[in-house]
Amino acid sequence: MEEIVTLENVSAHLDHIPVLEDITLSIQQNDFLSVIGPNGGGKTTLLKIILGLVKPTKGEVTVFGNPPESGRRSIGYLPQGVGFDMQFPITVFDAVIMGRYQRFKKYSDTDRKCVSKTLKIVGMSDFADRQIGHLSGGELQRVLLARALVREPMLLLLDEPTASVDPEMQKSFYDLLSRLKEKMAIVLVTHDLSVISVYVESVACLNRKLFYHGPAEGAMEALEDVYQCPIEVIAHGIPHRVLRRHNNDRDTPV
Amino acid sequence: MIEILQYEFMRNALIAAVLVSISCGIVGTYVVVRKIVFISGGISHAAFGGIGLGYLLGVNPILAALPFSVLSAVSIGIISKKTKLSEDTVIGVMWPVGMALGILFIHLSPGYAPDLFSYLFGNILTVPRVDLVMMVTLDAVIVVVVALFYREFLAMSFDEEFSIVVGVPAQKLYLLLLCLVGLSVVVLIRVVGVILVIALLTMPAAISRLFTHDMKRLMLSSIGTGITATVCGLFLSYGLDLPSGATIVLILGAGLIFSSLVKAL
Repeated sequence: MEEIVTLENVSAHLDHIPVLEDITLSIQQNDFLSVIGPNGGGKTTLLKIILGLVKPTKGEVTVFGNPPESGRRSIGYLPQGVGFDMQFPITVFDAVIMGRYQRFKKYSDTDRKCVSKTLKIVGMSDFADRQIGHLSGGELQRVLLARALVREPMLLLLDEPTASVDPEMQKSFYDLLSRLKEKMAIVLVTHDLSVISVYVESVACLNRKLFYHGPAEGAMEALEDVYQCPIEVIAHGIPHRVLRRHNNDRDTPV
Repeated sequence: MIEILQYEFMRNALIAAVLVSISCGIVGTYVVVRKIVFISGGISHAAFGGIGLGYLLGVNPILAALPFSVLSAVSIGIISKKTKLSEDTVIGVMWPVGMALGILFIHLSPGYAPDLFSYLFGNILTVPRVDLVMMVTLDAVIVVVVALFYREFLAMSFDEEFSIVVGVPAQKLYLLLLCLVGLSVVVLIRVVGVILVIALLTMPAAISRLFTHDMKRLMLSSIGTGITATVCGLFLSYGLDLPSGATIVLILGAGLIFSSLVKAL
């Protein structure tokens, strides 16, 4: 399998406070990786390093064999929370087409078709002409997912996409992701431990340092270390996978 | 009504009303949606330094205000991005420092400044032809720049971080937008004065925003609102002998209250 993102001994500081320390991690083609860890553990910073929005103070980052600034052309990004004014005078369609932006090139018919097609995939076709603020939390996340997908990315970075979404919508959001993972690698930053039981293939546990990176089954004990409290995972939906205890991979940063 | 158009000052005033509305409709839309109202206030007050410098050097104060206002726009942008000072602190510094420089320059100028009041509060009835030429030029620059970078300005104003990810040079565009604010301040000074500029950059767009969520329509409707308010203000101030800048601002204020009520019904 081809490595599309590699971080080697990466450390990062925000305002001189260490946020990430000595992270070595690689993401493969068609990975479905979930990044889990407490608030302030550096999950968002990790994504921003891959995107080149945050410069690491130490270490090497390559994205599709290039530095992040040029590699991010093939990345779709769904940021955490709402980083914009919900009253902004813009329609769903015009917000999504920004994902197709290319310098010195007007939006073409191909761009517009791709936006319509993607809105259909996420089930938001009927909302194309709505002002962006007139959407529920779940609808907005689908629109933002569409904005990330219209780039036709090879890697999708999702930062807590279901934090403000009701459980019914969450399930359909994750179902959508499992259909997408055939076509691209997905990195999902989340607090929702239940997803790792059903949807995700590998897990990275992050709290300033990388505590665990490996198959989802082995993640549970590492999670207890990361959160420093006992964790119980209730797998809702249909549990395809039974979580086992692994005693041998405790405290083994990969 | 028609016969007053025989007066050159009246024709100039009407042309000025349109020119002012074009720049405040386009730039004001960005000022409102990008939430840079007070940066714009800082730029317009800092421009007073340029007016004072014009008096001191004996050149057209509006001409001297142009580099001053663009420079203060760029410095507010750069200083607040590159230093730890927060944006509103930088505004709080540039705003009075520009005004103070203007006062100092005027004090140092020989003689006294007869039309100083009109630079502070504006007078649409005394816009000379040479200033109209300058206003046309600046309007043209604003229209061309916005037409060229419309997509980029939209992406940057809507979601700066995402725009960077897809390759929009957001920080440079932000400085460019502040420069456009600087240019439109210069266009507006003659009509409403440095102190009231902020009203024209805010209120037409704020009124129009109640009725549309499309950027282009927002700009056009802000231009229309601007023309309506400035022309009404012009005739009211001519007919009732009122200060024109203040009259225009009060008309806009009343318009905003009225349209909010209409919208709420």
